[in-house]
Amino acid sequence: MTRDAATGRTVEQSAGNGPPPGEPLLVAERLTKHFPIMGGFPFQRKVGAVQAVDGIDLAVHAGESFGLVGESGCGKSTTGRLLTRLLEPTAGRISYRGQDITHADRKALAPIRSEIQMIFQDPYSSLNPRQTVGAIISGPMEINRIRPPGGREARVRELLETVGLSPEHYNRFPHEFSGGQRQRIGVARALALDPRLIVADEPVSALDVSIQAQVINLLQRLRAELGIAFVFIAHDLAVVRHFSQRVAVMYLGKIVEVGDRESIYVRPRHPYTHALLSAVPDATEFLAEGAGASHVDAGYAGAGEGAGGGPAPGPGRIRLAGDVPSPIRPPSGCRFRTRCWKARDRCASEEPPLAPIPGNGPGHLTACHFPEDPTTARGEAVILDPALRGGGVAKAHGVEG
Amino acid sequence: MLRFLIRRSLGAVVILVLISAITFFLFFALPADPARLACGKNCDPASLALINENLGLDKPIPVQYGEFMVGIVAGRDFPVGHCDAPCFGYSFVNQEPVWPTIVDRFPTTLSLALGAAVVFLAVGVGLGMIAAWRRGTWIDKLFSSLSLLGQSLQVYFVGVLCLAWFVSGLSIMEQPAYHPITENPARWFSGMLLPWLVLSLIFMANYSRMTRSQLVEQLHEDHVRTARAKGLSGRTVFFRYAWRGAIAPIVTIFGMDLGSLLGGAMITEYTFTLHGVGRLAVDSVRLTDLPMLMGVMLISSAAIVVFTIVVDALYAVIDPRVRLA
Amino acid sequence: MTTATHGAPAPAPGATGGYLSVRDLRVRFATEDGTVRAVDGLSFDLERGRTLGIVGESGSGKSVTNLTVLGLHDPRTTTVEGQILLDGQELTGAGERALERLRGNKMAMIFQDPLTALSPYYTVGRQIAEPYRKHTGASKRAARQRAIEMLAKVGIPHARRRVDDYPHQFSGGMRQRAMIAMALICDPDLLIADEPTTALDVTVQAQILDLLGDLQQEFGSAIILITHDLGVVANAADDLLVMYAGRAVERGTVREVLSAPQHPYTWGLLDSMPTLAGAVDTPLTPIPGAPPSLLAPPSGCPFHPRCGYTAVVGGDRCATERPALPAGRGAACHLGAERGGAVRRGGGGAAGAGPAGATRTDNGPAPADGPAPANGPAPADDPAGGGPANKEPGGGPSQGGDR
Repeated sequence: MTRDAATGRTVEQSAGNGPPPGEPLLVAERLTKHFPIMGGFPFQRKVGAVQAVDGIDLAVHAGESFGLVGESGCGKSTTGRLLTRLLEPTAGRISYRGQDITHADRKALAPIRSEIQMIFQDPYSSLNPRQTVGAIISGPMEINRIRPPGGREARVRELLETVGLSPEHYNRFPHEFSGGQRQRIGVARALALDPRLIVADEPVSALDVSIQAQVINLLQRLRAELGIAFVFIAHDLAVVRHFSQRVAVMYLGKIVEVGDRESIYVRPRHPYTHALLSAVPDATEFLAEGAGASHVDAGYAGAGEGAGGGPAPGPGRIRLAGDVPSPIRPPSGCRFRTRCWKARDRCASEEPPLAPIPGNGPGHLTACHFPEDPTTARGEAVILDPALRGGGVAKAHGVEG
Repeated sequence: MLRFLIRRSLGAVVILVLISAITFFLFFALPADPARLACGKNCDPASLALINENLGLDKPIPVQYGEFMVGIVAGRDFPVGHCDAPCFGYSFVNQEPVWPTIVDRFPTTLSLALGAAVVFLAVGVGLGMIAAWRRGTWIDKLFSSLSLLGQSLQVYFVGVLCLAWFVSGLSIMEQPAYHPITENPARWFSGMLLPWLVLSLIFMANYSRMTRSQLVEQLHEDHVRTARAKGLSGRTVFFRYAWRGAIAPIVTIFGMDLGSLLGGAMITEYTFTLHGVGRLAVDSVRLTDLPMLMGVMLISSAAIVVFTIVVDALYAVIDPRVRLA
Repeated sequence: MTTATHGAPAPAPGATGGYLSVRDLRVRFATEDGTVRAVDGLSFDLERGRTLGIVGESGSGKSVTNLTVLGLHDPRTTTVEGQILLDGQELTGAGERALERLRGNKMAMIFQDPLTALSPYYTVGRQIAEPYRKHTGASKRAARQRAIEMLAKVGIPHARRRVDDYPHQFSGGMRQRAMIAMALICDPDLLIADEPTTALDVTVQAQILDLLGDLQQEFGSAIILITHDLGVVANAADDLLVMYAGRAVERGTVREVLSAPQHPYTWGLLDSMPTLAGAVDTPLTPIPGAPPSLLAPPSGCPFHPRCGYTAVVGGDRCATERPALPAGRGAACHLGAERGGAVRRGGGGAAGAGPAGATRTDNGPAPADGPAPANGPAPADDPAGGGPANKEPGGGPSQGGDR
């Protein structure tokens, strides 16, 4: 995975942004989190488990941004909380710079807590409304008894400037700020202890479009200037693509595909990755016409021909049927098989390992028995939803429900 | 549902045993000596010892507690005779058996609680609904001021005033007293009317405020907006959707209030000189009458616990999202 | 009720009064802090069989507009002026009874969060059947049968069994399908979908948007699709209205607006979005500042405090004179279509620092090779101090979608 630089120009560029990736900063192996379900009679006991995260492997290198995408219930947020050890794993191992922190207690975690910080989705509820901005940002320094040269207040004012707020905001309260500014306060708080890694859980999804870009730019600048590595968790594939050099796609507690940006967005192999990319609505499909430029490698971005009397089925449209199954009783074998158009008997009996498969570039791992071709250009539509026009055609396609 | 009831009943028994144990041992931590109280003014050591023996007070406290608990389930033999289950022993003060005394007092309390509950629930919730329907208008504002006033009233104050005005002064109401409903329903009603009205006045204010705020909250819910978007009339939306959502919290509070009322509305009973369970509780505390106190405590606690279970079970009926197991 | 307009070429929006015609709509809320001008002079038309996408950020007035169309605003705190004509019938002054007959019948609405938008206390089937019984007087049995048919039509498997389920037994996507079934059960001519897919996952969103399109072909309803996501509009709408601070700032067909946007705010929206094909690791071009308070909206053009092109217009015209939105294709901007196109193509956005070329700085594939963004534009909350980078007029290619 350290040979990312060989796979494409975007990665090459990213490698120049931060410190060169060497030893991974954070490694998770077979990381698992099951939340128990209580029930039974007459005395409550564990009767099952929500398999939120089920044996995932990942490594985050210094200075890189590692993206985690997936739909609700895929376990990406739980993964974020496990990596920051806000949750304790049920099984597996997490090590930070070679040190095992899987079950480390508060005391052992203390020095690491300052190096791994978290940014949350909701800038409204993650800030204490009764604290001043200064108190919020200096909080982590107080807890960890850190006294920066020049004093905490000077450091807070410096941090405010770093995140694009005014140092005069020191004595204000969170409610005096807009959503985007509040998220900046959250970022400043995360920066207070000079972290090496920030786990950002949907940091921009609560913000308006025009404000999103401001916060993404800020995070990008922090990564470039301070060399902070990110685990960037989001459901928005375009945002993740923009910010992360390597991306893992999660489905029902498993990583189904991981690789550098090019691999995931241009040469995806897993059917679920294909379905996700195909589902992203794209506002820029018409821009090419106006600008007179071509949109050749747009892939799925250009696939959905929409306007003019309702959406016509695009050439490569993929529409899944139904919803994600319950993580309490996930499907056997490959968890995606119940919604997959390529599923066969083997998929139910044998779980595909996350591994390099023939045709993948270096560092590109796919967990699939019957992968798709490494392209986003697709000849015919896959419409599994029976309610949609063309849904019947896909059934003849050989779909096993 | 059955599983839920069984499990909760088991839990309730555990809670009641805990309450009884705590009451029992706390009682013996008191400096007073119950045998001496029972013995009266001219007490000699011989009769004191006899009383101690008769009441079983000469044994170690844990043994006494054990015998007491066994007595509730299986009955118990005292030197003065057999006491049938459920046996809570004999009063230290007048040597009356506890259980028949409570059974004798309970109809008064039951009448008071249920009658008042009907009044305050109907009127309080009704006023709250009117206020919510007409929210923002002068009616709403009038009701909310009135309920604020109502909440600040106290039974002993209003009760005494009402007694002075309506009973002694204008003589339009009967002196409150309990007459068994089985003997004369009309007298039962007229005897309880004033206590009902006074007691419900205090609760009514609370219920109208709660109903209003619950309904107003519900009226801002998304699903109420959806109901309006379907073209349902304002009345249908109000009753079928908003009111439906407001029921659960009202039922919760009502269950707890009724439970505690059944344990005895002490001040009300005192104010109107009604001889109910509440008055019995106060008296037994005053006279350090352990068996009587234990009896009343356990009955009151049982009432509250039972109503909590009933409310929880009702939740499953009210809200389909609640599945009991 | 459905005079079929399937596939018929619809007139350009604004040309004539449509099936739904909104004229100079003004909506004000009385709040403790003062009067909020939620909608300030909005006009648009919509034909049956067509989908109008209304795009804007929070507080742009897009949701308020549509609650007002259905008459779902709170009459105690809200003042509504202007005209809303549905099939020639005036709605702004209509009585509650008249509106009740229309709601759920001729016009229906789908809301953002299908979990809270359905009552938890009644079965899905009952809630779906309710408007049908109310408006057609159908029997309970007939309404139930109709609800089952509708559930099947929107793709709920085992509809006959699921009709008796409660909403919490449905998944998020299924709940939204149930909402659609409820909205369409009386075959409405106007369907308003307020952020119908925002609470859903992306694969489910794609299914729901396609479903809406398919059902429109079948029912021939006019659809208003309210969203903050230009991508959703590109996928699922015919016409597009961009709203900002309670006003429409740009309109046209989706193709016209997205291929050759004319308003600086629309440029800003497009430029600030990362895409699946755009450059990566480079800074995005955000719109500086934040949306204005509607308690005291800016004078003149509401976008002028965040706009990088006020100097091109010259003087203080943007701050004093409110630009009008032309009927049909156009933008409410003093730049005008011609000059605007030239400015945009020639000089990039307000940040103006990118390697300007023939393509947009953030979407063309070329800048991906650009230098690391170590000294990219500074924090974007700063008001855009600088004027536009480039102001030479003319030379721009002709607009893609002139009427």
